[in-house]
Amino acid sequence: MARQDPKKDVVVIGLGWTGSIMSMELAQEGLEVLALERGDDRNTVPDFQYPNIIDELKYGIRYELMQKPRKSTLTIRHGLDDTALPYRHLGSFLPGDGVGGAGAHWNGQNWRPQEPEYRLRSYVEETFGADIIPEGMTIQDWGVTYEELEPYFDQFEKVAGISGKAGNLNGEIIEGGNPFEAPRSSEYPMPPLPHTYDADLFSKAAKAKGLHPFPRPSANASEAYTNPYGMQLGPCNFCGFCERFGCLNYSKSSPQVCILDALKRKPNFSYKTNSEVLKIEKADDGKTVTGVTYFDEKANEEVFQPADLVLLCAYSLHNVHLLLLSGIGQPYDPATGEGVVGKNYAYQMTGGTRLYFKDKQFNPFIGTGSNGISIDDYSISQIDFAKEGFIGGSYITAGQTNGRPIQSMPLPPGTPKWGKAWKEAAGEWYGRSMAIGSHGSNMSYRDCYLDLDPTYTDRHGRPLMRMTFNWKQNDIRMTQFMKARIEEIAQSMNPDMIASGYKKEGSQYDVRPYQSTHNVGGAIMGAERKTSVLNKYLQHWDCHNLFVMGASAYPQNIQYNPTGALGGLAYWSAAAIRKDYLANPRPLV
Amino acid sequence: MVDLPGRPSRRSFLKATVASAAVTSIPIGMPHAKAAELPSLDAYKPVYFDAAEWSFILAACARLIPSDGEGPGAIETRVPVFIDLQLAGDFGKAADWYMEGPHTPDANPLLGFQSPLTPAEIYRKAIPVFQDWCKTTHGDAFEKLDPETQDAALTSLEKGEVKLAPELRDFFSFLLQNTKEGYFADPMYGGNHGMQAWVHVGFPGARGSYTEWVHNYNAEYPLGPVSISGERA
Repeated sequence: MARQDPKKDVVVIGLGWTGSIMSMELAQEGLEVLALERGDDRNTVPDFQYPNIIDELKYGIRYELMQKPRKSTLTIRHGLDDTALPYRHLGSFLPGDGVGGAGAHWNGQNWRPQEPEYRLRSYVEETFGADIIPEGMTIQDWGVTYEELEPYFDQFEKVAGISGKAGNLNGEIIEGGNPFEAPRSSEYPMPPLPHTYDADLFSKAAKAKGLHPFPRPSANASEAYTNPYGMQLGPCNFCGFCERFGCLNYSKSSPQVCILDALKRKPNFSYKTNSEVLKIEKADDGKTVTGVTYFDEKANEEVFQPADLVLLCAYSLHNVHLLLLSGIGQPYDPATGEGVVGKNYAYQMTGGTRLYFKDKQFNPFIGTGSNGISIDDYSISQIDFAKEGFIGGSYITAGQTNGRPIQSMPLPPGTPKWGKAWKEAAGEWYGRSMAIGSHGSNMSYRDCYLDLDPTYTDRHGRPLMRMTFNWKQNDIRMTQFMKARIEEIAQSMNPDMIASGYKKEGSQYDVRPYQSTHNVGGAIMGAERKTSVLNKYLQHWDCHNLFVMGASAYPQNIQYNPTGALGGLAYWSAAAIRKDYLANPRPLV
Repeated sequence: MVDLPGRPSRRSFLKATVASAAVTSIPIGMPHAKAAELPSLDAYKPVYFDAAEWSFILAACARLIPSDGEGPGAIETRVPVFIDLQLAGDFGKAADWYMEGPHTPDANPLLGFQSPLTPAEIYRKAIPVFQDWCKTTHGDAFEKLDPETQDAALTSLEKGEVKLAPELRDFFSFLLQNTKEGYFADPMYGGNHGMQAWVHVGFPGARGSYTEWVHNYNAEYPLGPVSISGERA
């Protein structure tokens, strides 16, 4: 028999970026807010402090801060006729766990999507014609525009404390910034970080080709900064232990550094850790939810927590899993294309070229998560999809993030993987290479989706979620296009050798090597209830007192890292709740 | 003075200070500080491996990262000790992994690890199979073969020419990955003795602060590594 706790105004599921943002925004309204976090509590001190955090094996290789598959995982298959098997240990993607979520151990590459990305299907149809959209590609508009979201990107960037250089201020193109970005209403809160040697070489080579290099926007602070919540950041020291690690230096924007200490001072906010939500409970009328049932690990019992408003702020995959387990919304059926929950799961198409120079020393250990120089000349808004034969785009960057030797020991092509030649090559080449990477979009497809697995269960006896996903020709063409562009730039830099790694014709999804923790879709937003889970305010179409944050709302993946976009969406949704919903709770669309 | 678990104490700070004071007296140019005396690998008492397994691990590590040529080998850096301790700990037990059945160990490798066995069990079951293969194919146990034949045997194992049951098929990749981990991880895990592997490649270890070097392009970084415990080399 579940324990029942006293009712709260708001229950927040997951205390990462969006959970922290929504908790703060609604606590400011004077509401009683309770956040439930399934993982451990974490703070800069003691969890990320020097020198213990500078431990590659524990955090970078054994994934101390990540989700433990034993507690929570999913199954994966390539196609509808395959049997899905469990993702038994982490590889391709690394979902976060604990207070701060993945926001504690990301790299901090913080972007705004381009205007056409928000209305991708309309943009493609209007610009190139509907007939260029391949059979089975299920891209959609988001139901919200960049223009509507702009003030909220601005808000998120000021809270997170982003370093960068504007390239388009209210329509005016600014030299040195990204000329292809959507118009910004204000400059970045902090100037760009300094960048490392590899980025400098890339910048010069790109410029010589007539391209438009600019500093990669960064959630690694370039100077001392105080955000609107009164939280303080200090300048990044390029320690080289960024992604997979918590920041020892209060430099990487995270819920801990930017929000949580201010939030914890609010008497109407509380949070519980080791409290995994098992189910969102639907009211009898099916039009609202009544609260959540969670497992309280310390008490070793299930608890029903009633609430007027439920905010689902877990990692994107868990958002979808919880909706499926809770029976909220119609599950997607790939055979008919009907239903919405689990529809349009998408990933990120990345690739890169490494350049080896006998006579250059890059000191690869000098790095930070969002170091570097990027170009957006081959971005979604700049490519003629009809001419190139694909829909999508990439940003391209050089900027070293780390030289941690277990994970990062790139050696010239042809070097044996072990033995004397491997050892000597490691000594000779460790500091003598750099990379240029492509970070690209991934479209959504009829047979790439999420549902419940028929066989495997979690520690609570609930079905695991099943991911059906594989690479498609459209996205492989996109990344091959980027390979050609990057290799042109690389060759112009006169390296002694290059080695490229991109998906190619016939590439199948491989869950083993790390690729990206940018899993999106499955609880998508949109203009119509028939084709999306959420309306434009991230409000559930069926249950109006349930809002679902995060990258699960993206109808296909953007060409950028997802955090900037989901931060902006969270503030947009919070504003709609504060200004409109609370006074008159109802479907906002 | 009370040491709180997980917190650096005043006492450990003092210990680190004493240690660093000691190493600053070492003449510049010495490749690494003399680390505390530890038992030789032959005298080391493994926590996980039995004697036969230990002989194999010593011999295999000595070929995966050999001692000849530039740079330290797996033996001088005590990589076998690292592997022994890892297999005795959470990694060996697959403590964080989802190990529920049903298992399909012969699944498409792109779908990842699917064995019902933990890494420690895979080492335990695969080593005798590989030893039998060495005896049949090359006439003796792995550790008794000459180095060239050992390399050939490891190459066969790597290429999947040694018939291992599907649930053991990740054996070589674990062995190689764990060997490199032991070579490059912080010395507190038992390998990378004296931080020799970090000195070899030029990784400064746990220094963790390089702001003033960001714009010092194409210049050799002058400082040697430090470890998490404050050891210097």
